[in-house]
Amino acid sequence: MARVRCCTDLDKTVLTQNFDKRFWMTVNSDEDWNFYWASVTTVRAIFNPSNDHPRLTDNQVINHFPNHYELTRKDLMVKNIKRYRRELEKDGNLLAEKDDYGSYKYLDFIPVTYMMPADYNLFADDFRRDPNHTWIMKPAGRAQGKGIFLINKMSQIKKWSRDGKSVPSAAQPRETYVISKYIDNPLLIGGKKFDLRLYVLVTSFKPLKCYLYRLGFGRFCTVKYIPSTNDIDNMFVHLTNVSYQKQSEDYNSIHGGKWSIDNLRLYLEGTRGKKLTDRLFDEISWIIVHSLRAAAAVITSDRHCFECYGYDIIIDDNLKPWLIEVNASPSLTSTTANDRIMKFKLINDILNIVVPNGDIPDIRTKFSNISSSPEALGNFDVLYDEDQASCELNDKDFREQKARGGIVPLISKTGMPFGKTKQSSAWR
Amino acid sequence: MNSNIDEKLKQKFLNQAQKLLISSGKSIEDLQTLFRTIQQSDQYPYFQHIFKSTEVIPCDEHKYEIEYLKRGQAAWEKRIVKSLNTMCTEVNLPLARRRNESEMRSVRRHWNELGHISGDLNRFRPVYSAKDFLDVICVLVNPNLKIDEALWNSGLIKIPIVTKSFVEIKAFYSDLCPNIIQYCSDETFNEAKEEENIKLALQILEKKLNIKSVREYARRGCPSSLRGKLWSAMLNIEHCNWHVTYFNYLKQNVIDFDLLVDNLYFKDVKLTAVNDDQLFVFEDYLYQMLLLFSRDTYVQACFTASASGCQPTRSFIKKKSGVEECSVVYPPNGIIPFYGFSMLVAPMCFVFEDPVHLYFIFRQFYIKHFFNLHHISAAPNAIIGLCVLFESLLRQVSSELWFHLQNIQVQPLRIAFKWMMRAFSGYLACNQLLALWDRILAYDSLEILAVLAVAIFVLRKGNVLKESSETAIEAIFSDISSIKVIPLLQFFLGS
Repeated sequence: MARVRCCTDLDKTVLTQNFDKRFWMTVNSDEDWNFYWASVTTVRAIFNPSNDHPRLTDNQVINHFPNHYELTRKDLMVKNIKRYRRELEKDGNLLAEKDDYGSYKYLDFIPVTYMMPADYNLFADDFRRDPNHTWIMKPAGRAQGKGIFLINKMSQIKKWSRDGKSVPSAAQPRETYVISKYIDNPLLIGGKKFDLRLYVLVTSFKPLKCYLYRLGFGRFCTVKYIPSTNDIDNMFVHLTNVSYQKQSEDYNSIHGGKWSIDNLRLYLEGTRGKKLTDRLFDEISWIIVHSLRAAAAVITSDRHCFECYGYDIIIDDNLKPWLIEVNASPSLTSTTANDRIMKFKLINDILNIVVPNGDIPDIRTKFSNISSSPEALGNFDVLYDEDQASCELNDKDFREQKARGGIVPLISKTGMPFGKTKQSSAWR
Repeated sequence: MNSNIDEKLKQKFLNQAQKLLISSGKSIEDLQTLFRTIQQSDQYPYFQHIFKSTEVIPCDEHKYEIEYLKRGQAAWEKRIVKSLNTMCTEVNLPLARRRNESEMRSVRRHWNELGHISGDLNRFRPVYSAKDFLDVICVLVNPNLKIDEALWNSGLIKIPIVTKSFVEIKAFYSDLCPNIIQYCSDETFNEAKEEENIKLALQILEKKLNIKSVREYARRGCPSSLRGKLWSAMLNIEHCNWHVTYFNYLKQNVIDFDLLVDNLYFKDVKLTAVNDDQLFVFEDYLYQMLLLFSRDTYVQACFTASASGCQPTRSFIKKKSGVEECSVVYPPNGIIPFYGFSMLVAPMCFVFEDPVHLYFIFRQFYIKHFFNLHHISAAPNAIIGLCVLFESLLRQVSSELWFHLQNIQVQPLRIAFKWMMRAFSGYLACNQLLALWDRILAYDSLEILAVLAVAIFVLRKGNVLKESSETAIEAIFSDISSIKVIPLLQFFLGS
């Protein structure tokens, strides 16, 4: 059996160790490779039509979709989700149902967001309607909490736009920002704010097939959350990004402020009850599926590609989850020992799914192995499988879900001899 | 029987007190006024009399009072108080002092993040650790027992206490045998059954049946969504306004006074829970709980109820050493914390969100059970009994393992002791730990701790038999966080 020829342009031990474990042969990117774990810039170059990079062969897989930014850039994600909602509404889909106040019953899962400076006037109208609300400004294309600030006065946004205009240049157009309503009632645990980091693996957008990783975690702020407006400059209170929190003197290097999803679940069941907890985790699954479907319409579902996304979700104190952003290259740097183990497993499970049995990948047979056993998925659960969903038209659950709008997110009935599916044990 | 009379009397007294308060027409804002109003009433002497006269001590309460153990506990108690006093001199701080105005304001302001008021903790170290305590227990010897050290191979503990045999343990924990379904313990559990089980729990709770029926139910585990209610029922804690009043009274006490032991609690939380990847989020809750706890004189009841008949040691007001009237129990609750004490509260934060509720559950759990984990007494439920049970079970269940360990001169109790003293808190995954604590309450006994410790040894027997150095054996048991408690117990009790 031929060895898989792999390469990566990232210097991450969790990757190289996983390659070594499989006895894969590490090669350079200009050589003939079968598996490439690359940075987004590299992938962009490979798929750039003006580039002279040779077309990928049937035996090559790579870890990003050509235009993943439709999902992972803050402004484009919002744009695509807004469009998705409009389309469902136009079709008269039940999912686009609205409540008495005119907000979507099932699709209202991103905070109100505007592009800056493009939607400045829309934002200004909204701001005047509710002048006491705090808003958060984020550069659309940057990560790890860089360039983020909070505002609660119109003057601050005016100042920002003035400062921007002082350095106008054609070569460097103004960086796009998004401004979102700040979730000012986050769920606090032990008085501290946190957000969820969930890993989602997509192996295809058309048809959509995605997996959710069980070992997600909550990231906690080191400082007690105080919803006062004078505190908006202390970003340690507000931003949960580990790369940011690490700078705090209260940062603990043993656990890095990370709390496992299992513990979150245990805590919520104990303090809020099982019903609400189940509903929360169900809604989170829906959010992920909706966001992926929204992006699926515009993403080039290249069969050479798979992608692992880092979903950032904030839960408010009514136990409603909000999608904050999706990251294309979630950090593979390990901050703690447990983190290292978790990320090693993550890569391990991804490789098992995208390169089944460690054989040389062949994209022509990519979708033939849909009946893969739950063991082969490791800590992943199938979150949504469009192919499978359309096959199971007779299933009663499916008909019920179909009545709700045609999406069956929690599906993993593949070859399960016992009634309880792997999916439901993790999420229900 | 006795407790039943007490209960009725208490009820009568509470009713009377309530009537009195209503008739007095005054508004009662704090505990002191409440006491004063009751003391001023004409029924006060009557109740005082009744309470005193019915204080009949049942004859078997002193069953476990053994003179040399009582002396042992007294000496130990004295030693840790002395060590606390030495620390007090070293760091040059008083045991207790009233805070000044600005300090009080600061405490009040930081009530939800008390970590901010802790001073320099570098000078403080835990008064004692599990190891120190084990060393003390090991040297306790029955003066009537002659031990030939050369022939002794029965482990570390040299106190002849009768504990349950393996057969008796199996019978006692018969609900944990492998063919009885345990709830909420594993993934393959059937969802319909689980729902049915939750319904049953709700029925039991609704009907307010006696504690027994709740315990009966909890023997097979508590669903995490109902754990709070079931625990409250088993600990006989009914949430009421009185709790809020008492909580605020203790809180005021924290605001008013700075105690030296506070630093020990701060230090302990920082050394343990803050570094624990499951418990760190509860840091600020823990400060609240522990500081209130240290000031709660009700906790002294542990000593009265304790089988050893030992009293907490008293400290003296400055320069009045030896004058009985000037002595007070210090800290006010009579408990000097050991290294890891905060781990006894921390897991409860997964079950209770409301600090008041959390406090009273912890206090009751502690008084009923955890107190026994660091108190020398001959009761089978206390730490010595658990040690003896651990050693004797291990001998009975796997003599091969036992003699292998004796041959290479490794004492398994040295490894298991810290687990038991902390009731396994911090060593297991939290859902596993809570399932274990469910059983402590359900069976109303700590013996399950010793049983689990033995089961863990048996589980890793294969590895142990291959090793012959102490460090290698220690390494085998250094991480038990992957243990699935209930299946392991089932496997062990079914063997």
